[in-house]
Amino acid sequence: METLNPRSRSDAFGSKINRASSPLLVLLIPWLSILLGSLAPFLPIISPAPIMPPLGFLLMIAWRLMRPGLLPLWAGLPLGLFDDLFSGQPLGSGVLLFSLAMIAIELTELRFPWRGFWQDWSMAALLLSIFLYISALFSGADWSLMQLQVILPQLLLSIVLFPIIVRMVALLDRLRLRRVRRVD
Amino acid sequence: MAPPTGRRSSSNRKAQLGLFAGYFLAGLGALVGALLLIISLFRPDAFSGLRSMAVDVTSPAGELGAAGRHGTRTVLESIAGYYRAGSRNALLQREMEIARVRLAEAEATATENRRLKAVLGLDSGETGPVAVARLIGSTSSSARRIAYLSAGRRDGVRPGMPVTSPLGLVGRVLEAGSSSSRVLLLTDSESMVPVRRATDDVVAFAEGRADGSLRLRLINLGINPIEVGDVFVTSGAGGLFRPGVAVAMATELTDDGAIAQLLSNPAATDVVVVEPIWQAAAVEAIAATTDQPLMPEAQPGDAEEEPSTGPGADAVPE
Repeated sequence: METLNPRSRSDAFGSKINRASSPLLVLLIPWLSILLGSLAPFLPIISPAPIMPPLGFLLMIAWRLMRPGLLPLWAGLPLGLFDDLFSGQPLGSGVLLFSLAMIAIELTELRFPWRGFWQDWSMAALLLSIFLYISALFSGADWSLMQLQVILPQLLLSIVLFPIIVRMVALLDRLRLRRVRRVD
Repeated sequence: MAPPTGRRSSSNRKAQLGLFAGYFLAGLGALVGALLLIISLFRPDAFSGLRSMAVDVTSPAGELGAAGRHGTRTVLESIAGYYRAGSRNALLQREMEIARVRLAEAEATATENRRLKAVLGLDSGETGPVAVARLIGSTSSSARRIAYLSAGRRDGVRPGMPVTSPLGLVGRVLEAGSSSSRVLLLTDSESMVPVRRATDDVVAFAEGRADGSLRLRLINLGINPIEVGDVFVTSGAGGLFRPGVAVAMATELTDDGAIAQLLSNPAATDVVVVEPIWQAAAVEAIAATTDQPLMPEAQPGDAEEEPSTGPGADAVPE
């Protein structure tokens, strides 16, 4: 069989014989990637206006929408807390909004179990706009009509970026399930 | 995508309980978040220790990036410099000639200043910097404009100290960790700096607008004397910022002042200087009378470490 097709005994995640995926990678990659996204304020960008998409939140909903059940329902608490430490928001706004986003995705999934690309994207767009505006409201900045416009470029960038983030998460997911461990 | 079968609640008792526990924990998380949020909205410095510790741990990586940012920017600028090199050269030469005359005039004024101050018996008020550090990052995804600085309490940085770059004022220190600190940039909507026009005594407040510009509000209302292109410097009122540091240039007039652009864009600054609070004693007195922590200095363990001999404390005679 191997002479006909050398990849006959392997799939997208590597050889199926004698190999298994590493539990360390399977567990760690989603969490670590989201935490790294929350560290984005340390990227060497000092912007005079909010422009960077909220990478931690984007990565969390991308993982959640792409792999339902991988992140537990309570994942918003630790991830939001870590995000709050660096995002400049008052501590607790991330915890609350990340948790509520997880619950909201869970409930919509119960209502519309068969999902597709467009539904995921519109769900993410809706969550992102609510997240960014409520965060701005919580941030303690004085709230005026001008603030609505300040958020707009960031919101559009985040929404456009979402499909790309999902592709990156898909790449990470293939790395996560790669059969790297040798089973004897 | 097909619904994940494993998580549908069924007659399986264990699955039902698991689902319930998941919702319960998530709801609890949201509740904890709401409580933390209420606490930190009413007491903004409640969790500053936790945040400073986290930033201390992660700042070394950011420092590498800050060096990289400056490197890439200079490369891009030198490429861009090839365009219009000739006309710019001529323009710069003209400006240089004017600047040379102005410099000579400024030197004369400085000498006169020194002489007059000596007559009055005043100290010069010039103080050395507390620390020289890099801006290593900023909250670029939040509506707040806070930057991270690579110097902290170990270098003598304390909350309230002004942060300047060679081009002008950048902001002031909000929270100081042991080796890093958080800087409230001028464009943050909570930031307010007393300024005056560089040429005369038109005084105003410069408020951040969170979109990269400042809003100047005149203190004396009446006919708006500001013109587009006017440069504003710190006035020294309030005692936090020393007078005469460049802040912003007016670009658009409004009813009660102007919209101004920052002179020292924090994105373009490589190294910034942390200066001592100009009149620390006065600021402390104000904070004591209004019971409002203008300068959240009341950190436990800070008092015995350095009993009020910050470099700014003895700089200005009261």
